[in-house]
Amino acid sequence: MTTPVLEVKDLVKHYHVRGRGQAVRAVDGVSLSIGQGEVLGLVGESGSGKSTIGKCVLRLTEPTAGSVHLSGRDITHLSRRALRPLRRDVHMVFQDPYSSLNPRFTVGQIVAEPLRRHGVARGAQVDERVREMLERVGLGAEMRGRRPHELSGGQRQRVGLARALVLEPKLVVADEPVSALDVSVQASVLNLVADLQRDMGFSCLFITHDLSVVEFLADRIAVMYLGQIVETGPTKKIFAEPQHPYTQALLSAAPEPDPARQRERRRVVLAGEVPSPLDPPSGCRFHTRCPVAVDTCRTEEPALIGVRDEERPVACHLVTATEVPDITGRD
Amino acid sequence: MSLLEITGLKVGFDTEDGEVQAVRDISLTLERGEILALCGESGCGKSVTAMSIPRLLPPDTTRLSGSIRLDGRELTELPERELRAIRGKDVSVVFQEPMTSLNPSFTVGFQIAEVLRRHENLSRSAARTRAIELLELVGIPAPARRVKEYPHQLSGGMRQRVMIAIAVACSPRVLIADEPTTALDVTIQAGVLDVFRDLRDRLGTAIILITHDLGVVADIADRAVVMYAGRAVEEAPVTELYARPRHPYTAGLMRALPSAAVTLEDGRRRLSEIPGLVPPPYADPEECAFHPRCPRAQDDCTTRRPALDTYGTGHLAACFHPLSAAAPATGGGS
Ligand SMILES: Nc1ncnc2c1ncn2[C@@H]1O[C@H](COP(=O)(O)OP(=O)(O)OP(=O)(O)O)[C@@H](O)[C@H]1O
Ligand SMILES: Nc1ncnc2c1ncn2[C@@H]1O[C@H](COP(=O)(O)OP(=O)(O)O)[C@@H](O)[C@H]1O
Ligand code: SF4
Ligand code: SF4
Ligand SMILES: [Mg+2]
Ligand SMILES: [Mg+2]
Repeated sequence: MTTPVLEVKDLVKHYHVRGRGQAVRAVDGVSLSIGQGEVLGLVGESGSGKSTIGKCVLRLTEPTAGSVHLSGRDITHLSRRALRPLRRDVHMVFQDPYSSLNPRFTVGQIVAEPLRRHGVARGAQVDERVREMLERVGLGAEMRGRRPHELSGGQRQRVGLARALVLEPKLVVADEPVSALDVSVQASVLNLVADLQRDMGFSCLFITHDLSVVEFLADRIAVMYLGQIVETGPTKKIFAEPQHPYTQALLSAAPEPDPARQRERRRVVLAGEVPSPLDPPSGCRFHTRCPVAVDTCRTEEPALIGVRDEERPVACHLVTATEVPDITGRD
Repeated sequence: MSLLEITGLKVGFDTEDGEVQAVRDISLTLERGEILALCGESGCGKSVTAMSIPRLLPPDTTRLSGSIRLDGRELTELPERELRAIRGKDVSVVFQEPMTSLNPSFTVGFQIAEVLRRHENLSRSAARTRAIELLELVGIPAPARRVKEYPHQLSGGMRQRVMIAIAVACSPRVLIADEPTTALDVTIQAGVLDVFRDLRDRLGTAIILITHDLGVVADIADRAVVMYAGRAVEEAPVTELYARPRHPYTAGLMRALPSAAVTLEDGRRRLSEIPGLVPPPYADPEECAFHPRCPRAQDDCTTRRPALDTYGTGHLAACFHPLSAAAPATGGGS
């Protein structure tokens, strides 16, 4: 087997809140890996820990425990200095196209910056690479001199992509890159990401709360709930047959843009609210909202294992070789 | 007579860059007990149209003309003092960000009771009892305990329910909900949409729901108006609109959704795009505002502006070369 481009093992990130004894358990034991040229969609509701994983991978925040390997190399404890050359290989695209670009720089300067910082190109070469990259993301030469405030949201997101891709990284972490965009603009940015990914072959950790976006883009998905992965596997399989009760709830709650079908669907409205990551529930973290929970769920934490299918581990006591819970069929 | 009738509404704002024409010309009606969706891309004028009803717009810079009649009563001519009596009582609003619209220093019970005391003259204790009932109505568990809590103690979904409770406290005839679930998670959104449906069913509240999410429209609205550049370009009962969109913009929006992706011959998955950008809100040329982005545009589209035409019961579209009923949502040339 080839070495994965990204391998995260038992990652834990606890944020210590000032003045309180407790810690926010943002990420609590997450393992995942992304192969060469693969897109992994990380989905889950607000606060489930998606962005925190992205930040740990880029070492924008220090993991509390666990490890992060990039192409087989352990980067968890590398010093800033030792990390610097590796920064060429991993890049990030952010949600907010307004605040993630320096307003004083021109588009050309923004895209040239990584080339200069890593000293990979000089003088005319820089210009050439920038021009090429801008063209690839669909921005004409006339855009080079513009500043971020003179661009639309979709154009800014293209600049963000150009900046992330200009060094031809092995891995791109994209945190909600299309969530702030209108549908029509979102469509063209998603097509662009799909094309670039296919042509350039980078691996991608794509973070989003929008299931239809991951269904379009991701080869595999990982579903998070309160700092843990509850189900992961090939996108097609999970959409066809979600096994974890939370995945089922998530898929059934996203409204379909088809009135006749949407009104006939059985939607599951989960009881209660998302518990606080300061004090997550015992046993299965989903038990306070799970419509099919049994006694064991309150005390024993289910392991993320592929009992039915090695390719798609699920963390639920009720998923066994012979049975899969179904929360959508109940009242 | 419809509950609400907006005719020829135009709203502009004076700004340093000249007059922004937020709403160029819109007419619409709202029936009793109806859920009407206003949709379209950001900046097309959805919020300004809706906020013109209770006139929640900056008084110094707004230029508003046209007619807004609620139960036959003209609202555009009312002085601020009379409008204040209407806001929260006859017409109330739920905003997108529940945290910024609630006052952090008062309990939710106090904030609901305040509205009741102001408009309904209820006593302190009667208002408190009613506040608990309202929290129950919007599906908040343990309402007797929750009335004593402060906004920061509630989750986003619960805060939005509290906002809805405040908005419906005086049984308004029109409830305006501006992107009420956009900031919420999907599993929470489903519950909040149920609250709106329930209010309509039980109290007969008419609701104007502003959203850019076509899934939400499909789920809950009876009728939808699609706006583009400050005008309505299409309007229809929801099932009809999704089955037979006539305006190229509506069809384009539906095909651009990730769920409508198509697989190409080489195996690539592709979304249909709407090229170009929304026109700037300054000028108002005498042409179809959508023509630079429209796959069906022809010469006449650049010389005149299409008016709304009727295509079956309650279905209106403003286009010279609409899609045919037989070939829904295929777009492209004719
Ligand atoms: N710097 C920080 N200090 C304290 N707590 C934090 C910090 N950053 C994140 N958290 C908390 O950690 C948890 C996970 O946050 P994270 O940003 O990873 O969520 P997310 O899944 O990306 O959510 P969203 O969909 O809202 O972006 C949340 O409870 C959040 O409040
Ligand atoms: N108070 C204001 N002053 C100036 N321009 C405004 C104001 N409010 C809205 N606009 C402009 O009016 C147009 C329509 O805005 P709005 O109704 O908020 O759009 P949306 O459809 O996204 O709700 C936009 O171009 C917006 O920038
Ligand atoms: S382990 Fe129990 S509580 Fe958790 S998802 Fe499965 S059934 Fe529900
Ligand atoms: S009038 Fe012409 S440009 Fe406008 S939407 Fe119709 S076909 Fe397109
Ligand atoms: Mg995040
Ligand atoms: Mg708005």
